[in-house]
Amino acid sequence: MGGELFMLSSIRSNKSLQLAIGLLIGTGFGFLLQKGGLTSYDVIVGQLLFTDFSVLKTMMTAVITGMIGVHLLKSAGVINFHPKQGSLGATIIGGLIFGVGFALLGYCPGTVVGAAAQGSFDALFGGIAGITIGAGLFASLYPRLEKSILKKGYFGELTLPELLKAGEWTIIIPLCIMIMVLFIFLEKSGF
Amino acid sequence: MDILSMKQWSPYAVGIGIGLLNCLAFLLSDRYIGCSKAFSDGFGAIERLFKGSRVLEKPYYRKFVPQIDWFLMLVIGIVFGAFISARLSGELQGVWVPSLWAAHFGPSVAGRFFAALAGGFCVGLGARWAGGCTSGHGISGTIQLAVSSWLAVLCFFVGGIITAALLFKIL
Repeated sequence: MGGELFMLSSIRSNKSLQLAIGLLIGTGFGFLLQKGGLTSYDVIVGQLLFTDFSVLKTMMTAVITGMIGVHLLKSAGVINFHPKQGSLGATIIGGLIFGVGFALLGYCPGTVVGAAAQGSFDALFGGIAGITIGAGLFASLYPRLEKSILKKGYFGELTLPELLKAGEWTIIIPLCIMIMVLFIFLEKSGF
Repeated sequence: MDILSMKQWSPYAVGIGIGLLNCLAFLLSDRYIGCSKAFSDGFGAIERLFKGSRVLEKPYYRKFVPQIDWFLMLVIGIVFGAFISARLSGELQGVWVPSLWAAHFGPSVAGRFFAALAGGFCVGLGARWAGGCTSGHGISGTIQLAVSSWLAVLCFFVGGIITAALLFKIL
């Protein structure tokens, strides 16, 4: 165990190896996004219009797999969690602005680059430029927003087990069952 | 049929793969998969070209330093991965206007370009505002059971579903 942890920490602290790992994980991610149809405008907007459920099925399967995986790894003491902090002003308002853009653009920051790579010029010239400008504008507005709206209703790195005062698996297991019931319902309804 | 040349895999298989990649990111890199940081890095790098390194003094860039890092490599990797996948299934094709868009709003390239630019603007602004996107919050954050991420992903879809309904059913 000690040896494995030492090996992991030497992998994690090797800067050029980390860049290579980032590139490899990204390559796998891009490959899967494309194979899942998630780099397609029609598939993403089809989900928002409830005519195509690929996005929901893929995301929720990734959530089940990842949720069980990272919690097992955390219990084994080999990984650390990095939950993002949030506040009502940051998470809800930012989330809704993102949602409006999500429907107009039909891609998200990850799938837009995959779409561009397969030849979608709207993603390449419109989407990537727009996201970069939007992210840059936020960086410029940040000092003002940080003191006002981003602080509203701050709840920090709160997790569901802390919020609900329940054990992690008490939340994970029912959540997985609920998602699988939803999948069975979708498949039976022909989606 | 050769699995690599298939156009679309089962969403469940793809989801399991993405979930496992997230575990790998935690294990090997002590990081989570997230794509929107690379865009504020990109803007910071462009700003730096014009204004010099004093832009790095901006409070946001002191917190999220624009540099060639793991998150940028991840996004570059997506370009390679999606390209390889599309190449294998023969889906590399230059398209200006997606078919679902064209069916509702017509074949105008300019119309689609400006919608994508405006939509992208909201996506970039909203993702940094909320502190993550559909991967950083939607998958990496939700699997850690972070309240911020479950709330963010709910808002992504509420905003998206309402906007899509307005665009496609009312306009």
